Amino acid sequence: MILRLIERAGVFLVSLVVSSVLVFAFMAVLPGDPARVALGVNASDEAVAELRRQFGLDRPLPTQYFDWLGGLLRGDFGTSYVSKAAIGPQVFDRLQVTLWLVVAGMIIALLVAVPAGTVMAARHRQVSGLALSALSQVGVAVPAFLAGILLIVVFAVKLGWLPANGWTPPAQDPAMFLKQLILPALSLGLVQGAVLTRYVRSAVLEVLREDYLRTARAKGLRPFQALWKHGLRNAAVPVVTVLGLQLATLLIGAVVVERVFVIPGLGSLLLDGVSNRDLLLVQDVVMVLVMAVLLVNFLVDLLYVALDPRLRTA
Amino acid sequence: MKSSFPTRAVAFLASAALLALTACSAGSGTSSGSSPGGDQNLSIGLVAEPASLDFTTTDGAAIPQALLGNVYETLVKQDDSGKIVPSLAKSWTVSPDRKTYTFDLADNAKFTNDKQFTANDAVFSINRVKTAWTTSLKAAMEVVSSAKALSPTQLQVTLTKPSNDWLFRMTTRIGAMFSESGVSALATAPIGTGPFKFSKWNRGDSIVLTRNDNYWSTKPFFQQITLKYFKDATALNNALLTGTINVIGTVQAPEALSQFTSNDKYQVIEGTTNGEVLLSFNNARPVMASLETRQAIRMAIDHKALLDTCWAGRGKLIGSMVPPTDPWYEDLTGVAPFDLAKAKSMLQASGAAGKTLRLRLPTLPYATSCGQVVKSQLEQAGLKVQIDQLEFPAAWLTTVFKNADYDMSIVAHVEPRDLGAVFNPKYYTRYNDPTLQGYLAAADAGDEAAQTDNMKKAARRLSEQAAGDWLFLLPNLMVADKNVKGLPTNAITENFDLSKLAR
Repeated sequence: MILRLIERAGVFLVSLVVSSVLVFAFMAVLPGDPARVALGVNASDEAVAELRRQFGLDRPLPTQYFDWLGGLLRGDFGTSYVSKAAIGPQVFDRLQVTLWLVVAGMIIALLVAVPAGTVMAARHRQVSGLALSALSQVGVAVPAFLAGILLIVVFAVKLGWLPANGWTPPAQDPAMFLKQLILPALSLGLVQGAVLTRYVRSAVLEVLREDYLRTARAKGLRPFQALWKHGLRNAAVPVVTVLGLQLATLLIGAVVVERVFVIPGLGSLLLDGVSNRDLLLVQDVVMVLVMAVLLVNFLVDLLYVALDPRLRTA
Repeated sequence: MKSSFPTRAVAFLASAALLALTACSAGSGTSSGSSPGGDQNLSIGLVAEPASLDFTTTDGAAIPQALLGNVYETLVKQDDSGKIVPSLAKSWTVSPDRKTYTFDLADNAKFTNDKQFTANDAVFSINRVKTAWTTSLKAAMEVVSSAKALSPTQLQVTLTKPSNDWLFRMTTRIGAMFSESGVSALATAPIGTGPFKFSKWNRGDSIVLTRNDNYWSTKPFFQQITLKYFKDATALNNALLTGTINVIGTVQAPEALSQFTSNDKYQVIEGTTNGEVLLSFNNARPVMASLETRQAIRMAIDHKALLDTCWAGRGKLIGSMVPPTDPWYEDLTGVAPFDLAKAKSMLQASGAAGKTLRLRLPTLPYATSCGQVVKSQLEQAGLKVQIDQLEFPAAWLTTVFKNADYDMSIVAHVEPRDLGAVFNPKYYTRYNDPTLQGYLAAADAGDEAAQTDNMKKAARRLSEQAAGDWLFLLPNLMVADKNVKGLPTNAITENFDLSKLAR
């Protein structure tokens, strides 16, 4: 158990370091000069060179990398090339927005997947189960941004029930916040829900074949009662793992959905940063995302052990 | 780990269901098309959010668009027809040698930090361009040899040489008047004398301006104006359709206009801009060095058909680098009329036929769509065209703009009166023409009549020499709720004048 934890923690840290090198390398080979983008079309070459010096872009790449990494370890995210403002607070503000979106998307995904997956498994030989299966296949194939565009056309533009885009902090106006959250969260949640449904289905099917469930049925419980009392907890183990893995997909999906719904989250910040060649900001945002995904996978490992007593002896 | 999974799952699902329910009930009562925040407020949708609020050190059109004329004012400004008219300066005189300008200033203008605006602030602002500004625009102030306050309301500026261009540039951001005690936080808290005060900036979303109730001239109608920033045309259109905004400040996709023109809830405004969409030639390339080739390219393009195809027919054909709002505008579309047969034979004669030209396009909507049309039309005339898409701004700036590694490109030059800036040997057009430079120098130094005359010659010269091809002039397209009044027909200044808007 302890060994397993140490091993997991090691993997987590090594992955972080490797990602940081990769992120930095990607930014270094990206075409385009941040200083020239910042100064615009009429800037003289001297002015561009001066700004490169100010940004520290004229230093050797390893020096730049270790400077950046050292800053991150001290919690100093540096200063944006473009806005000249500290990056840390910006990333933190935007992260809150994106987290709302991811959490709401996750909740919707679960609300869709747990009942639908269970029904699909329990009735996998009946029409209702097959129909749900077909529906989830469609859901898996639809990208989140397309779902978003369709939802906007139907519920905002045609019916006028909900705003087409925008964002209000929950503290400022909770009702407006919820109204604006529904469509983007649905775009994320429905698509993710469809993916998750298939995992729930196979996990429940797995459980249905177990001896202890047959015992429960023999005691006179109806299939769903038996599942509810004995099966779902065991089915939850693989589902939680997938949920963790899906967080990465959700974060990526959120980046795109933020664009469609004009939400000032981490995704919008990232895309703006890339197009303005605000390299330091992009590096920071990507690292925050990578860190979030790795951390969740690490936690899933721990949960796994907590949920399934059979793993504790491993 | 004490509670069993089902119990926790039930609790979790129940709370989630509750959230979903409250959300649905909150969403059911919305009415679309209502004005956000009542009659005293207006919301305008724009693209491209500013990176900071300080246009003295950060380039980009978005900052002056929001702040100039609204928060900051200039001594002189341009009206909707392009004329230079008074603003903080009530009047001005020019000495006979055209080197000394004397301005009489408004005596009742106040900054939003409660300081009176005086000639000292004007001197401070003009001098500060040379000392503290870092953007390339500061070059326009280099012609000033001194600025001094003759009295609190009289300013005298002396130039090293006569320059009509200097007074014009004073209508742009470099003419903005700052308070000596109000430049400590330009990037986050701008202070000016304008009809609006800067109130709040929600990064990634919007900038909020509120009415300056101590404004020295006519007070604006709206108490609060929100400038909301969007990434793409669809989001902008949807925001207007659903009542999140009242005005689309700049229509990004003219083909989508039909949904508004056919709906009597909205008004569509169409005018001109300074944005010449230029099919630029790299005049330093051997293949482009031939005048005959360049002229043939211009004659091979059916501009009317191109505009209809790639910009929904919205825009104006101009034939040179001058928009209709400049005093020296002439319709020069007749200099190189569309004539496919003639273009073919000229390309044969110049030896360019069959050669491959690299058309390196920035990833901008008009460039992408018009680039395809240019390619097909030039290929009909016997050239081969290879299209490369370059990410804008970063990749395009490095490859085309800085290194001039291209044969042709398409980009809109949106700066006002930029003919001389774009067509010179140092610029990416690599256009070296002493005759043109002579006209431009004479235009800058002469009186008004000489300026107009020489600028006309310059524009004609460019067109005849086929220094590039002017595909069309970008239109100013706005869509707004029917009841919004005072929107400008033409967008020819750096700023979006919010003070005249009403409902």
